[in-house]
Amino acid sequence: MWRDALLVAAKDLRIEARSRVVLNQVAPFAVLVLVLFALALGPDRGPLRQAAPGLFWVAVLFASVLAVQRSAAVETTDSSRDGLRLSGIDPAGAFLGKAAAVALELLVLEVVVGAGALVLFGSSVRSPGALVAASLAGTAGLAAAGTLYGALSTGTRMRETLLPLLFLPVAAPVLLAGTRAWQAALGTMASSAGDPWVRILLVFAAVYLALGVVVFGALQEAS
Amino acid sequence: MNAPARPAPWSRRTTWVVRSLGVTSAVGLALVVWLGLWVTPPDKTQHDLVRLVYLHPPIAWVALYLAFGIAVISSLLWLWPRTRSRQWDRLAAASMEVGVVFTALTLATGAIWGRPTWGVWWVWDARLTSTALLLVLQLGYLALRRVPSSAEARARRSALAAVIAGVDVPIVHFSVSWWRTLHQSATVLNPDLSPTIHGAMAWTLLLGFVAMSLAFAWLLVLRYRAEALAEVLDDRALDEALSERWAEGPDPSPAPGTPVGVGS
Amino acid sequence: MLFGPNGAGKTSVLRACAGLLAISQGDAMVLGHDLRRHRTAVRRVVGMLGHEPALYDDLTVAENVRFGVRAAGADPGAVDPVIERLGLGGRVRRTPAARLSAGQRRRVALAGLIARAPRLWLLDEPHAALDSEARDLLDDALREATASGATALVASHEPDRVLPLADRVVDMAGGRVTGQQRGQRPRQLPGGAHVA
Repeated sequence: MWRDALLVAAKDLRIEARSRVVLNQVAPFAVLVLVLFALALGPDRGPLRQAAPGLFWVAVLFASVLAVQRSAAVETTDSSRDGLRLSGIDPAGAFLGKAAAVALELLVLEVVVGAGALVLFGSSVRSPGALVAASLAGTAGLAAAGTLYGALSTGTRMRETLLPLLFLPVAAPVLLAGTRAWQAALGTMASSAGDPWVRILLVFAAVYLALGVVVFGALQEAS
Repeated sequence: MNAPARPAPWSRRTTWVVRSLGVTSAVGLALVVWLGLWVTPPDKTQHDLVRLVYLHPPIAWVALYLAFGIAVISSLLWLWPRTRSRQWDRLAAASMEVGVVFTALTLATGAIWGRPTWGVWWVWDARLTSTALLLVLQLGYLALRRVPSSAEARARRSALAAVIAGVDVPIVHFSVSWWRTLHQSATVLNPDLSPTIHGAMAWTLLLGFVAMSLAFAWLLVLRYRAEALAEVLDDRALDEALSERWAEGPDPSPAPGTPVGVGS
Repeated sequence: MLFGPNGAGKTSVLRACAGLLAISQGDAMVLGHDLRRHRTAVRRVVGMLGHEPALYDDLTVAENVRFGVRAAGADPGAVDPVIERLGLGGRVRRTPAARLSAGQRRRVALAGLIARAPRLWLLDEPHAALDSEARDLLDDALREATASGATALVASHEPDRVLPLADRVVDMAGGRVTGQQRGQRPRQLPGGAHVA
């Protein structure tokens, strides 16, 4: 299973390296989301600084929808349909590989978006360690759940509209917990209060990674 | 999957059972309304507003535990190869659809209850927020079912969607309630609506739960039946399409019986 | 060889053997693996050439073939020779699949199949999109594979091409098997189906 996961992750990352969809399209979109929020919430820095952690995670959530759609789309073009199944790769490995690739892409994106949020909204970082921990845990959960939903909504013509509708509500706890964890790390909340939230992020990630390993095989048959 | 059994028209006994289920729940609800509005006393702090406690918590309970719970359990039963059967898929879909109505009602009654107390139509308290997310999850499931595909693919997809979302529900509840309790201004601005229950109120509340559950069961049976009938129509259409396809070649099959493997 | 008119179900049988199509009734074993329970194991020892080439647009020829080979656990050393043999060497080797012509894409799919060296070949009208040179290459590869012990299941509309290679011909119509024959000579059956 792990060997297959590595194989699939490497393939997906190689595809991304060559096509650069996440880098050229999704990352700018995420930064755009931040800018739009700045326009919406007013030029005063005060409210923006308060909202910065939440806005970061909202941008990440939207970006993850796009990243997951792209990851699923790679497998379902007219030419590549069934390719992953035909290759004989263990579905659990395929799931972990695809989720890992998405997670890595998102992490790179988060560095950009996070820096953008901190700069644009004038926040200062109190404990970078907690920031990174929360981002890692949250991203893992988003990638896992997103890959599941990406596979669920492939083969349907409504992948663009259905995937966000299905995925985002499920990802809501990540938004909640991630925002609180970042608030703690940025100093707008007591710093120790961030720990339980990181724990929720870890639980979410663990649950969805485990679920994906079990269920991905059945999911592949559904399209 | 096996060829579907044509649902037999309901026997007289079944019709009687279903009808009495409907009647009982209607009577039960009417009783609750009567007791709730006239017999039970008003609360000390909430006065007459407390009467909503006979409706709102029962509706909320049905929406989450009964409707969603049944949907998830049926989905699991469908997914497990040994217990797989079309009836579980039908049950899950019917339960989720009736459940959406109850979830929406939960939000509505919650808002109505809160308006005089809080002064606004909506607050982000733990239960309303979780229920709102539940509503979106259920709507997503229903949207997924509307996507055109073969019955088996749709059943598998919906069952998986239900399970994947169901796993999230406890996480949502937990994190949302934590979100509320750790927020300092929570207790000041949004007093908890739960009143103390005693005596006649407790009985009425219990009756409320029972009546709501019966009403849900009645609606569920009817919806399930509608789903089964819809499937019969779909299968007839599939049979016609298959015969047309076989007739395409120069040697039309003399006996369009069950084909080798699956045609889809 | 599977023979029959459109809609006979040839593609369905192939896809079922590849573990792509679920079986609704009965049981089947492919190369010792239960087709219902162990589909992943089946897919690893099976190679299919369907109507679509199953390629990743952004990966090069070499990368596509190598992925299939690694996934099946086959020998990665076989990749380069096969690529050369099918005329996909040189610059073509490093071209992303999206930029290839349709014929070249079919050749890449074929290369992937040969390099994986599966024990069961599933070919769905393989001669269809290939030029004559590629068709000869395919026939050679088929002959080598069957000579070394592999089995090939070919669905074809071109009996003249495939018949000489076939050990057995299975007739299909209307989703059912209507006849089987060993031997090489075609024979007309009432109803228009061919048997060899």
